[in-house]
Amino acid sequence: MSPVLMVGIDCSECGDRAVEYAIKQARLTNARLIIAHIIEWSQFSFSTVEENAQRHRRREEELQRAHGEIVDPIVARLKADGLEVQGLVRHGHVADTLEKLARENGVTNIILGRNGKSMFKKHVFGSVGAHLVQSADCAVTVVP
Amino acid sequence: MSKSRVGITSLLSLFASFPVLADTGIDEKINLFIKPYSDAVAGAVFSSFPVAGVDIPFVLVWLIVAATIFTLYFRFINIRAFKHGFELVRGDYHDPQAAGEVTHFQALATALSGTVGLGNIAGVAVAVSLGGPGATFWMILAGFLGMSSKFTECTLGVKYRDEHADGTVSGGPMYYLTKGLAERGKGFARFGKLLAVLFAIFCIGGSFGGGNMFQANQSFAQLVNVTGGEASWMADKGWLYGLVIAVLVGLVIIGGIKGIARVTSKIVPFMAITYVLAGLAIILMNYDAVPTAFAAIFTGAFTAHGITGGVIGVLFQGFKRAAFSNEAGVGSAAIAHSAVQTNRPVTEGFVALYEPFIDTVVVCTITALVIIITGSLDPSVDGVQLTSNAFATAFTWFPWVLTVAVLLFAFSTMISWSYYGLKAWTFLFGENKVTDSTYKILFLFFVVAGSSMQLGAVIDFSDAMIFAMAFPNLLGCYFLLPVVKKELNAYWDDYKSGRLVKTDNR
Repeated sequence: MSPVLMVGIDCSECGDRAVEYAIKQARLTNARLIIAHIIEWSQFSFSTVEENAQRHRRREEELQRAHGEIVDPIVARLKADGLEVQGLVRHGHVADTLEKLARENGVTNIILGRNGKSMFKKHVFGSVGAHLVQSADCAVTVVP
Repeated sequence: MSKSRVGITSLLSLFASFPVLADTGIDEKINLFIKPYSDAVAGAVFSSFPVAGVDIPFVLVWLIVAATIFTLYFRFINIRAFKHGFELVRGDYHDPQAAGEVTHFQALATALSGTVGLGNIAGVAVAVSLGGPGATFWMILAGFLGMSSKFTECTLGVKYRDEHADGTVSGGPMYYLTKGLAERGKGFARFGKLLAVLFAIFCIGGSFGGGNMFQANQSFAQLVNVTGGEASWMADKGWLYGLVIAVLVGLVIIGGIKGIARVTSKIVPFMAITYVLAGLAIILMNYDAVPTAFAAIFTGAFTAHGITGGVIGVLFQGFKRAAFSNEAGVGSAAIAHSAVQTNRPVTEGFVALYEPFIDTVVVCTITALVIIITGSLDPSVDGVQLTSNAFATAFTWFPWVLTVAVLLFAFSTMISWSYYGLKAWTFLFGENKVTDSTYKILFLFFVVAGSSMQLGAVIDFSDAMIFAMAFPNLLGCYFLLPVVKKELNAYWDDYKSGRLVKTDNR
């Protein structure tokens, strides 16, 4: 079974170093690639009646935008490079959802870019990388 | 952009005429103008028959009988599905593929922020001051039975909702009365259409009354109360307060500034929790008075000394305030619940059970207990001031917190009801910019009217319009009970035999 690498992408530019690293690794180990973007969302958030009525449409729009602006361009570029790659967009808690996606797709290594948040933010909100290092079932690589 | 400018300009021109009338007594003028109409409407809806010397309005009997029949017909669904409802809210059966859609929790929280509010604070105070402690008992019972009404209407709301091509969802009594009854045959289709139109008319009225004027009125009363009562410089400036609130509401519903609504929707739940915790704290601080309070509630429910109409009078007050607070059977909640993501409509019915439970059985009971155990019961003080005084006996600063809570509750309830009313309005008049703006401007006018009127007139009008919605809604629900039963039985079999997929929440 060949290795599966999953790259978690925040926005269009900030995952660049992680993607470059993943490409290198994929070439070395002949691995399959997954480019994943998670839209922050909680099933326990509060919303207005009107927001709820439009939620389904908004979700479609969010998925479309995430694919169109963030994930698909990277996937297309890597495909053109001859790599086996797949793009995924999901709603949810970022770290939890990445972890779940890794389990579902038999991912052997999750690769993340370090996003250089301030110490304060890290302490208050936690970081996706730190969370995954603690709880993921596979190896986690954080690219500086 | 042009839409909002038209709306705000016409809003300003509407109010510009007011201060010209006279410097004092604007409140009085608005009051005198509206009162005859509100009296007429209230008289028509509350046509009553005397029982043991008390005039029992037919609409109240209508609500309680329906809630009782639904409870029996679904074999105490309010108890049976209580645990499963909680599992659904907690997300145990949430489909991970549907992440990003409206969850059961969100639908419930949204519906609750439309109902938890002044009814729980001011309404309960009215019930206890007019009906004595015993009214609490009947209020809890009514809340308990009301759970079955909510179950029925919310299941139907999801089952017969319209999912539009653009991905938005509309649901509620207008839709199930039309589509649901049409399934039963040709004659029923016309009957259903008639009920839907009636419902829509009353819903618009309710959005001007209980969902608007009552809110404006009671939040203003609380503001006057904390700023010094009669002596407050605000005391005769109801129209000014109304104007400020109307502008804020107008910014959201006409100006499309969703940020305000979004922020409110996030603060309101925390205010509700703060209110409940403060209530619990006061109850704990006076724990030795709790048994006496419960004794007063139980004996008061069946004896009623010095209450107009005796036991029937007490029962009437309790049932009336509970019905007004949780809106079970009224049909409004079915609009709020219908956007949930599910392919089993009955699941939202189970979740909706929690609405009257939290609203009436929990929050209203806490308010009543606080009023009773702090000994604040005083028939000469009414509405939100009574509750405010009761909380102030324990925390002198609490009226300020309560004021913020009351303002926010009032605001979020207004936003919710403006949506319900608009849905009913567009159901009748079609969806276009002119009808849209007409409704919204009328809505804002009633904000000002509501804060200018005396409480009695406002409460009567509010009650009348909200309760009137229950006539077409519940009548239609009776005919649709077999539909709900079929959904329920099929689902319950799946649930009991373990065929439902539980989510791996690891």
